[in-house]
Amino acid sequence: MLQLQHISLQVEDGANREILKDVNLTVDDGRFVVITGPNGGGKSTLAKVIAGILAPTEGRILLDGRDITQASITERAKMGIGFAFQQPVRFKGLTVRDLITLAAGSETLSDCDIGRYLRSVGLCPRDYIDREANASLSGGEMKRIEIAMVLARKTPLTIFDEPEAGIDLWSFGNLIDVFADLRRETEGSVLIISHQERILNIADEIVVLSGGSLTMHGPKDEILPGLLRGDRCAFCRGEE
Amino acid sequence: MNDITKQLLSLISDFDPETGFTGAFNIREDTGCAGRQNSQNIEISSKSDKPGIDIRVKPGTKGETVYIPACVTHSKVDDLVYNDFYIGAGADVVVVAGCGVHTDGEESSQHNGIHRFYLEPGARVLYREKHIGTGEGSGQRIINPQTYVELQEDSYLEMDTTQIKGVDSTQRLTTGVVGPRARLVVREKLMTHGEQYAETNFEVDLNGEDSGADLISRSVAKGHSKQLFRSRINGNVRCTGHSACDAIIMDEGTVSAIPELTANDLDAALIHEAAIGKIAGEQLTKLMTLGLTAEEAEAKIIEGFLK
Repeated sequence: MLQLQHISLQVEDGANREILKDVNLTVDDGRFVVITGPNGGGKSTLAKVIAGILAPTEGRILLDGRDITQASITERAKMGIGFAFQQPVRFKGLTVRDLITLAAGSETLSDCDIGRYLRSVGLCPRDYIDREANASLSGGEMKRIEIAMVLARKTPLTIFDEPEAGIDLWSFGNLIDVFADLRRETEGSVLIISHQERILNIADEIVVLSGGSLTMHGPKDEILPGLLRGDRCAFCRGEE
Repeated sequence: MNDITKQLLSLISDFDPETGFTGAFNIREDTGCAGRQNSQNIEISSKSDKPGIDIRVKPGTKGETVYIPACVTHSKVDDLVYNDFYIGAGADVVVVAGCGVHTDGEESSQHNGIHRFYLEPGARVLYREKHIGTGEGSGQRIINPQTYVELQEDSYLEMDTTQIKGVDSTQRLTTGVVGPRARLVVREKLMTHGEQYAETNFEVDLNGEDSGADLISRSVAKGHSKQLFRSRINGNVRCTGHSACDAIIMDEGTVSAIPELTANDLDAALIHEAAIGKIAGEQLTKLMTLGLTAEEAEAKIIEGFLK
């Protein structure tokens, strides 16, 4: 279980902006939670705070009752937090095989296993397993590899920051299947930052973060209708 | 052959201490010869006018590997050797060179290897050389390789050159004259640390129509080490030339890249790329989110970069 207690984050960029304001959130085990809200509302910042990439200026983060507020990125990763970046990072020299093997934490990951993760995200293993994860891969390809890496991690808590971004040619249904498989395999929690109505639709719970504050949180059936205007989501970017 | 030579050979080539090399080879140890073998198609003979050997590969030879490693196993050795390769038309072979310098004393040792390659029409060579310095002595370990390449029409030479560690000073000069439709590819990987200095100079004349050169250096400069990368490509006819210096700097390391491209023909297409900088913070962060420590992430990034 993940608990965020009174999380605030201020940045001193001349204006002393408050990116997160007293955010309180509990994600129970096995839950599928989607955080949505307008651009600039603090969603990605919150994800980075949970992963340890950014430190909150106030508040506490608890994972299974243990205070991890001061824990490093590495320590949180070892405790079971997986994080798929919104903008995947490229590496000169490291191959797709290297990255997925590192993600799995096993030196002996078989080609068959790596292939399974790649196929899950719509990539042909033969074409990609030995490719360098460098600038020769497109943004969409890197995004799929990023998702394959968190699949290989099999962590109790997996965070996706806008997983749909850049996956234009891959059918959305496959992405939904990936989340379903992940939940089944890890029996863990999935926390997704997304604007997509179809992802909101498969959530157990929806959280709305706006202006750095948590403005709504509840079961999908309670929150989603309020977000929709006709057949469109108030925060969606043109899903019609 | 002494034990240090055997250790160095294992580090710089696929030498098996039990079975040795398969095929043609010449092992140079402390300015002398520690073993030589010819094959049916590859003949190695000593030069009569200066130190070194001639390696002659018969036309049409395919799939053979010739090993010519050089080892310096103690301090106070100043080795200079001239090795010339004559590769017959249509041959397709692998040449494994490489040098290890070991010093346990206070005085320096150095190996200066001057290799010249003459490729006849249609010949292909994969030339691999690996350089390493070992030993606890304070004496400097110096390796200065020079490579001259002359490529006749439709020939191809690919040079994979790697300096792993422990070489205190190196000045590397690679020059080439490339004929019609021939191609020279050089891939260099360098790691320097401590107070080491490494200098790379490429000088290539693209003289044949549709000739090409691709000179790529990837390096890491740690500690207080310094590196200088200079590439000079002259496109004298319709040709393509590309050089790239890609370097990671760490600690107080410094890297300079100096390209000099000269197009002497309207259809000469020449490109230089250089990227020098520290490891990107987001790369470290990404690997840390996979459970690696910052140090493990850094090591993995460098290992991949120089792979």
